[in-house]
Amino acid sequence: MMDFFNNVFSWLPELLAATPLTLILTLVAGIFGLVFGTLLALARLSNILILSVPANMFMFVMRGTPLLVQLYLIYYGLGQILPGTWVRHSVLWPYLRDGFTYAVIALSMNQAAYNGEVLRGALRSIPKGQIEASMAMGMTNLQILQRVRLPLAFRDCLPVLTSDIIILLKSTALVSTITVLELMGTARMIQRESLQIYEPLIACGLVYFAVVMVLTNIMRPVESRLTRFRKGNA
Amino acid sequence: MTATALSVRNIRKSFGEDEVLKGISFDAHSGDVISIIGSSGSGKSTLLRCINFLERADSGEVAVAGEIIKTHKAKDGQLSPSDKHQLKQMRARLGMVFQNFNLWAHRTVLENIIEGPVQVLKHPKKKAVADAEILMDKVGISQKRNHYPSQLSGGQQQRVAIARALAMQPTVMLFDEPTSALDPELVNEVVQVIRQLATEKRTMIMVTHEMALAREISTHLIFLHNGRIEEQGPPQLIMENPKSDRLRQFIGKF
Ligand SMILES: Nc1ncnc2c1ncn2[C@@H]1O[C@H](COP(=O)(O)OP(=O)(O)OP(=O)(O)O)[C@@H](O)[C@H]1O
Ligand SMILES: [Mg+2]
Repeated sequence: MMDFFNNVFSWLPELLAATPLTLILTLVAGIFGLVFGTLLALARLSNILILSVPANMFMFVMRGTPLLVQLYLIYYGLGQILPGTWVRHSVLWPYLRDGFTYAVIALSMNQAAYNGEVLRGALRSIPKGQIEASMAMGMTNLQILQRVRLPLAFRDCLPVLTSDIIILLKSTALVSTITVLELMGTARMIQRESLQIYEPLIACGLVYFAVVMVLTNIMRPVESRLTRFRKGNA
Repeated sequence: MTATALSVRNIRKSFGEDEVLKGISFDAHSGDVISIIGSSGSGKSTLLRCINFLERADSGEVAVAGEIIKTHKAKDGQLSPSDKHQLKQMRARLGMVFQNFNLWAHRTVLENIIEGPVQVLKHPKKKAVADAEILMDKVGISQKRNHYPSQLSGGQQQRVAIARALAMQPTVMLFDEPTSALDPELVNEVVQVIRQLATEKRTMIMVTHEMALAREISTHLIFLHNGRIEEQGPPQLIMENPKSDRLRQFIGKF
């Protein structure tokens, strides 16, 4: 029994060394996802059909299919097509040989679809009066978007965005299947090399858990600061 | 001869089959306080909203300080502003105060007041804050400068909304029932601010149900009924000698 726990702990340094990659994946896909998600939400709410219809379809498909399927399609699909094109000789090529790039693309697109859905709802639920007050003041549509609609929408759905980030963090484990040696990938490599089944997995679970705890505790003060304008949060 | 601050010509507006405004015209000269009264649904809010194009009229013309807001007939038959830039400038000169305050919930009192001057008028932030301080004093909200709207009473919120509109140094102030959403005991603090503005000879168009206030501060009273100006004139005269049965009935209710 003691041996078992010693084994678990012995893998922690190696796994902690792989944690930055998991964090980078989460951060990069989180940021891309938020930016594209915002654009998707705005596209869906616009009354320009060539924007709203594709955005709607994209979100529908991304939210309706498993991330793992998207990941494989992008990795194997793009990975098959791109070498035959001009991309093969471009400066981007070194990156495109790497599973990491495909992982970021798939995670970002998936995250964008979820963030977009949440933001769309939040943008729609902004009280009309506050937008009319902005218009009556002579603000431009862009100013209203930047100064009123987006700030209110983000604050409104911050708790959901936070939990989406935590789901994203845990979803990054899937990219171990396309050769990325992040936390999960490293744990599986250790499994193969050490022939231990449970110890690396438990150690890996512990690290995920710790990261989730840290992330939650970072977001909590951010959340309460950004929503202190609400009643009862004074 | 005082300059015409606001000129409204022949505004018509229908919602579907229902013609809510059937050709409304009036002028506000500099320093005028025009109160608009009328029963619920008579089109008072719609009229105010057509003036700053929150609502698009079907036809008519609005001019601020002699400058006509350029429009054209859009495909849907409504009047559409032709020059976005001009519309924004015109809106900046029409300070609007809403029945439900409509303060930006994520901004403090001070931030609400400096937003327009900084973003629209491009004033330096320092100047905007200095100006806001004077206005917060004026409406008696200085102690609450760092509070959020949700932390204020209705009366306080409406006073901030008035300060926010004043911060744009508008040519004309438009009030849409500024006290209707307030608890009775909070009406007075807002009325006092409005009364103060009237004594400063600010040009104001005010939709109101506060007959005593309308009578006290207005230079001109407009009674709206069924989308038309049924009667208008100096408030004392009109209220003491209503010519139409409608107005007599309406006043009788108070
Ligand atoms: N966006 C809209 N769509 C359809 N009908 C509308 C709309 N806005 C107003 N109306 C109708 O137009 C008429 C006039 O409304 P308006 O709000 O201007 O009246 P009001 O005089 O301000 O009334 P109140 O004293 O209740 O505020 C009403 O019959 C109302 O139902
Ligand atoms: Mg009204």
